[in-house]
Amino acid sequence: MSLLTEFPKMGRTDLRDFKKGIDESFRNFTREYGEAIENFFDPLLYFLVWLEKLFLNTPWPIILFVIATLVYLGSSSIKLTLGAILAFLTIGYLDMWDDTMATLAIISVATIVCISIGIPLGILMARSQRTQMIITPILDVMQTIPSFVYLIPVVMLLGIGKVPGLLAVCIYAIPPIVRLTNLGIRLVDKDVMEASEAFGANYRQKLIGVQIPLALPNIFAGVNQTIMMALSMVVIASMIGVKGLGVPVLRAISNQYLALGIMNGLAIVVLAILFDRVSQQFGRRLQAHTESSK
Amino acid sequence: MSEIKVSIKNLYKIFGKHPESMVEKVKAGMSKTDLLEKHGHVLGLYDVNIDIKKKHIQVIMGLSGSGKSTLIRHINRLIEPTAGSIIVDNEDILSMSQTELRDFRRSKASMVFQKFGLLPHRKVIENVSYGLLIQGINKPEALDRSNQWIESVGLSGFENHYPAQLSGGMQQRVGLARALATDADILLMDEAFSALDPLIRSDMQDVLLSLQDKLHKTIIFITHDLDEALKLGDDIAILRDGAVIQSGTAEKIILHPIDDYVTDFIKDINKARVLKARSVMGNDDFITGPEIDETVIIEDALQIVSKSGSNGAIIVKNGQKQGTVSLTDMIMAIARAEKNTDSEAVYR
Repeated sequence: MSLLTEFPKMGRTDLRDFKKGIDESFRNFTREYGEAIENFFDPLLYFLVWLEKLFLNTPWPIILFVIATLVYLGSSSIKLTLGAILAFLTIGYLDMWDDTMATLAIISVATIVCISIGIPLGILMARSQRTQMIITPILDVMQTIPSFVYLIPVVMLLGIGKVPGLLAVCIYAIPPIVRLTNLGIRLVDKDVMEASEAFGANYRQKLIGVQIPLALPNIFAGVNQTIMMALSMVVIASMIGVKGLGVPVLRAISNQYLALGIMNGLAIVVLAILFDRVSQQFGRRLQAHTESSK
Repeated sequence: MSEIKVSIKNLYKIFGKHPESMVEKVKAGMSKTDLLEKHGHVLGLYDVNIDIKKKHIQVIMGLSGSGKSTLIRHINRLIEPTAGSIIVDNEDILSMSQTELRDFRRSKASMVFQKFGLLPHRKVIENVSYGLLIQGINKPEALDRSNQWIESVGLSGFENHYPAQLSGGMQQRVGLARALATDADILLMDEAFSALDPLIRSDMQDVLLSLQDKLHKTIIFITHDLDEALKLGDDIAILRDGAVIQSGTAEKIILHPIDDYVTDFIKDINKARVLKARSVMGNDDFITGPEIDETVIIEDALQIVSKSGSNGAIIVKNGQKQGTVSLTDMIMAIARAEKNTDSEAVYR
């Protein structure tokens, strides 16, 4: 009868040993390979540090000019460009320039990493039903698992610092670009694909000549989403030693500094809006030529 | 007769999980309905045999669901057959490796699609040169050759437009130019003009016919429109439920429809405009009248004969008398179609 009232569970000692076993083996793995893995990520670390220094050491007017130029090139909208300049001037005036530059650096690196891994992964996923079946649940886990949970092994493996922070950001931010690349390629008009096939295009010719160009609007939506999600990880990343706007927010939480929290939070929002608008405008311009313009 | 370019032999296509195991059942006479209900397989093509002559326009016609689009996709193996063989220039395309097949598609058989299948992100000129670029021809040459084709389909001046900026008829001209640009001898046209409105469709048919006069390609043209089939087709095959029920020249089909289905099919067409006076030719000495060429259609022949007030006409070929036709025979021919079970009728 006790079987009905009490859920059959593993013995207390067994369970403890089970957990201990996993912990122990991961710890051993860390001891064995931790250094090698750290070395593997070294180039990424150098790049991140270099970029951060570049952003911080370049005189602010130049940075501002570069940002304004990029915004204008991306969106070709004067209004957005002026808005960006104004936003960055305010950020600097409120003494958040350095933190913003640090955040910009890690977001840029995270985005580059996500794109360079995510797009090929999405292409692979679009290629066969089986890879899609394998990758989809992994992406689901990456997106839904509380970030603190995967921070544990990452920190165990790599300690506190920029690289584990970057890794945490990437784990959280990569799913949309993978998903939307896959979706974009799968949504390419079947008739166009058939025509390409009928003219004897091989896999590469189909991919580069037809699928990727036609999937570009979706891929761009993925890049946009990835940047947004990376930005939303800034505070959590700062918990494991990433510099940037997340650090003062964290300080504000623990010390109940309302103004500090709001100011830095809003700076993140401003960055997010800028990235979003510029990348959306750019994505729209990419597909402008396919619309009828008689 | 002229040489056979494409020969389709005993072609079967069955859609489903285990199509190979169903072929024997179908060959043993299982019906399409039984196959679907008892085994969950769909019969796509049933024992299709068509010999397509070199430099002819072979029309394959049928209503939707008859398997005509499936059939044409077998010729360049966009769809793999379940059984049978397809011989092009004495080579079985079903035995080709993927690489050989790609070469075949690049240089031997090009295709025009019902929904155009143009690349929306490329300009007209780039679309037309698509096949050439796939072949690996360098861009300047490809663009140069494409320009000539754009001109020949009457699209000069639109080279730098995007497909979405063109009307349906113009888009299909791009599709046609793209297919012609590869210099393939075989042109597969899958309901190429069906999506166009009637006037444009008729225009495009004329474009195709005048190009064919110069190019002499082997064209396989799929349509559900009988008028189109009669206008374009040197030979016509009628497909129903995946099987060819009658094939031959337009005249043969009109004069001797093989069954009620075909009779029904052709009952609304203007026979006087399709049939040539020659098709009801006999040799009666008592018929006298004006001489008409053997290519004259009944519609015109009737006019000539009735104007002359005679009881018929003499049919000539290169000035030589071939035979005679009587007024009554011509009227009978366009009045109604006779049923005839002999598929290899005498008219050719």
